[in-house]
Amino acid sequence: MIGELNSRIPEGPIEEKWSSHKFDMKLVNPANKRKFEVIVVGTGLAGASAAATLGELGYKVKAFTYHDSPRRAHSIAAQGGINGAKNYQNDGDSVYRLFYDTVKGGDYRSREANVHRLAEVSLNIIDQCVGQGVPFAREYGGLLDNRSFGGAQVSRTFYARGQTGQQLLLGAYSALMRQVGSGSVELHTRTEMLDLIVHDGAARGIVVRDLITGDVRSHTAHAVVLATGGYGNVYYLSTNAMMCNVTAGWRAHRRGALFANPCYTQIHPTCIPASDEFQSKLTLMSESLRNDGRIWVPSGHDEARSVSDIPEDQRYYYLEEKYPSFGNLVPRDVASRNAKTVVDQGLGVGPLKNGVYLDFADAIQRDGEDAIRERYGNLFQMYERITGEDPYKTPMRIYPATHYTMGGLWVDYELMSNVPGLFVVGEANFSDHGANRLGASALMQGLADGYFVLPYTIGNYLAPLLGESPLDESDPACSNVVQGVAERTQKWLSVNGTRTVDWFHRELGKLVWNFIGMERDKNGLEKALSEIPSLREEFEKDVRVLGSADNLNTSLEKVGRVADFFELAELKARDALERAESCGGHFRSESQTPEGEALRDDDNFSHVAAWEWGGTSGSAIRHKEELEFEYVPLTQRSYK
Amino acid sequence: MENTMTLTLKVWRQKGPLENGRFETYEIDQISPDMSFLEMFDVLNENLINNGEEPVEIASDCREGICGTCGCMINGKAHGPEKATATCQLHMRKFKDGDTIIVEPWQATSFPIIKDLVVDRSPLDRIIESGGFITVPTGSAPDANLIPVPKDAADSAFDAAACIGCGACVAACPNSAAQLFTSAKVQHLNLLPQGQAERWSRTEEMVEKMEEYFGSCTNHGECHEACPKEIPLDFIAYTNRDYVKSKRKNRNLLGQG
Repeated sequence: MIGELNSRIPEGPIEEKWSSHKFDMKLVNPANKRKFEVIVVGTGLAGASAAATLGELGYKVKAFTYHDSPRRAHSIAAQGGINGAKNYQNDGDSVYRLFYDTVKGGDYRSREANVHRLAEVSLNIIDQCVGQGVPFAREYGGLLDNRSFGGAQVSRTFYARGQTGQQLLLGAYSALMRQVGSGSVELHTRTEMLDLIVHDGAARGIVVRDLITGDVRSHTAHAVVLATGGYGNVYYLSTNAMMCNVTAGWRAHRRGALFANPCYTQIHPTCIPASDEFQSKLTLMSESLRNDGRIWVPSGHDEARSVSDIPEDQRYYYLEEKYPSFGNLVPRDVASRNAKTVVDQGLGVGPLKNGVYLDFADAIQRDGEDAIRERYGNLFQMYERITGEDPYKTPMRIYPATHYTMGGLWVDYELMSNVPGLFVVGEANFSDHGANRLGASALMQGLADGYFVLPYTIGNYLAPLLGESPLDESDPACSNVVQGVAERTQKWLSVNGTRTVDWFHRELGKLVWNFIGMERDKNGLEKALSEIPSLREEFEKDVRVLGSADNLNTSLEKVGRVADFFELAELKARDALERAESCGGHFRSESQTPEGEALRDDDNFSHVAAWEWGGTSGSAIRHKEELEFEYVPLTQRSYK
Repeated sequence: MENTMTLTLKVWRQKGPLENGRFETYEIDQISPDMSFLEMFDVLNENLINNGEEPVEIASDCREGICGTCGCMINGKAHGPEKATATCQLHMRKFKDGDTIIVEPWQATSFPIIKDLVVDRSPLDRIIESGGFITVPTGSAPDANLIPVPKDAADSAFDAAACIGCGACVAACPNSAAQLFTSAKVQHLNLLPQGQAERWSRTEEMVEKMEEYFGSCTNHGECHEACPKEIPLDFIAYTNRDYVKSKRKNRNLLGQG
């Protein structure tokens, strides 16, 4: 049983908490750092930056990725940019304003102390990345350019064309490879973590499967860091990469780590709508497009005319009409829900009537086609490749899709889970974005955790362990877990059912999208809670995985991930059901303002819900961490 | 809906690095022109599993043309017929009903086949490890605006940095050379003021590491034609220049020049 959740937030005024805590934490002497071994799972922005920095500090690091190279993690696909409160544009930005905007944007469901620290270190991140050679956009004078992003009222976003995530990841990857070359980081590629070793109440190591040879073995260390990303692929269709999964985090959850706020999912408003049943993933179009594109649908049902024949007075610019001051730049959750509303009303566009228009005609007329090409050329080209339509001539069709998950493993202020020695960084933890993440903040959080937070806080945990050795890999605490993983893997090959893994994943995805998607209600969530377990039973009896476990077998990798998605989906529905308020990306139709906006219930739900694994279906235990707002007054968000 | 297509696929199947491979022929129908090439393979694999046959191993991840995981030879061309397009961004509207499509893995001695269409590209990581970085330990960077970077240099560095590390350049080269990949990585850093301190050692280390694994460049330019990011050949020339200079400069730095 878990006792009281202690978030270990330092005392003192908010702007001094992090600096005073850095002083209060125990240090590991430079000569002793090599005596400590640390495992880092995942090599995206958070994992690569953490492994590189820990290696530089002198720790013995083992880094794991299931990719063939650390450079492939899905951080690479982030397009828009990274926030940093540099105020280079002299437009009134500050650490405090970034902090304030992030708490408000998260709809008051994040920890003030964490968010302030994030805003503080945002300054160091930009310096670090530029030092590594990240080619951010520049002005003619050679200084850095910024843009306003995702509804921010200041220009604080640094960007590298539409490929900011790629460039930041290549920076972190180069830092990591420098450490691999110098021998301080041991890199294991094509190796997937399939369980956590917990012994005497602390995390001692992991069990992994070599994806080429199928060998299952353990690795032990003084601490384990999970940087394994989000769980958006529980929806099957999302903007995540094909391999993104919840398995590492979920296995840790089953070993005792609390899973916080699984119902919080960000649905990104500007993605390309699905074209048919075989669609394998959805592609995001950077929301920077909303700076110049106007969103509309035809105001009449069954509109059959071509776009250019629809007169201006029969176009419904629903965001501009409903939110005159923010217009097309309202936050992501608001933009997404409004798109769903008009499509549900039957006003959708495209062959499947499953999209809305994002129209650049006015911008092209105002600024010229060249100016638009300069700003969005690569995005327009990507759209044309996927749809076969030219967005310079005809409006883009867009629709919301699952993009980012704000929930994740519960961590304290030091990014440690409730299992001592298990740290969680980046999207895999729940900590900084509350119920809705602002644009250009995911890259910031991943790098903040990896470069500037974890490398300090992990020392505070390790220092007292000086002289202790990691668990011996022949210890039964390791070999039992290894055996369990090997048996579980083998089990899938003997089911010999009739349907593919993808078939079950698609069916699960439909349930999750329909009942725990952009809008949730009690009836739907209860239905999800009865249908998900029965589909899971069918999956366990009827899935077909061919081949063997002793070589590359992608279906075998997938089946274990989908099994974990089934369990997560059920917890997600329970979390959404218990949280009877609306907040950020979690919209309960029973809880809305007269204008149809998300209505929070601060008296009853101003807390983090952290779930303890309960063993069987439906028996997870809900714990609460109360949230206190001393600096940002709780208000109803308004973008009118 | 437009009409669907029926296609014949000739796909390379190989159980492991040391096994003999062979082409297998598969008929596939009901393919929509709006599907991506990899979604067509998803359908093929579902059909194979439903028929009790092992699916084809084909790598992909982001399916947005940025992670560099995917890549195979499609009708003899690295990443297939569409210029500047990774395999995952290739769509079936580029093919016609009744077409036969030949699909093979990257072919280069330095990229051994793991299974079917999946190869081992880890020598590319070894090149980065040898010098593809700027030594700036976390926390030691000066303010980001301290060193102005001329816009042209920043833009050119970006053009090089856009490389996704897919290996198509090696697969397309008759010599299996990795000059385009290596020079993109070298020049991304050599073009920037931050990269100057290690410019000559980086160039020497990376070029020589590349030569341990890959063939030599004879200026065919096939790499550029195959590159999904259209990395310019100019970077190879810049790197050749830097490599020659590095031999002298690195000695000068040691006081021997």
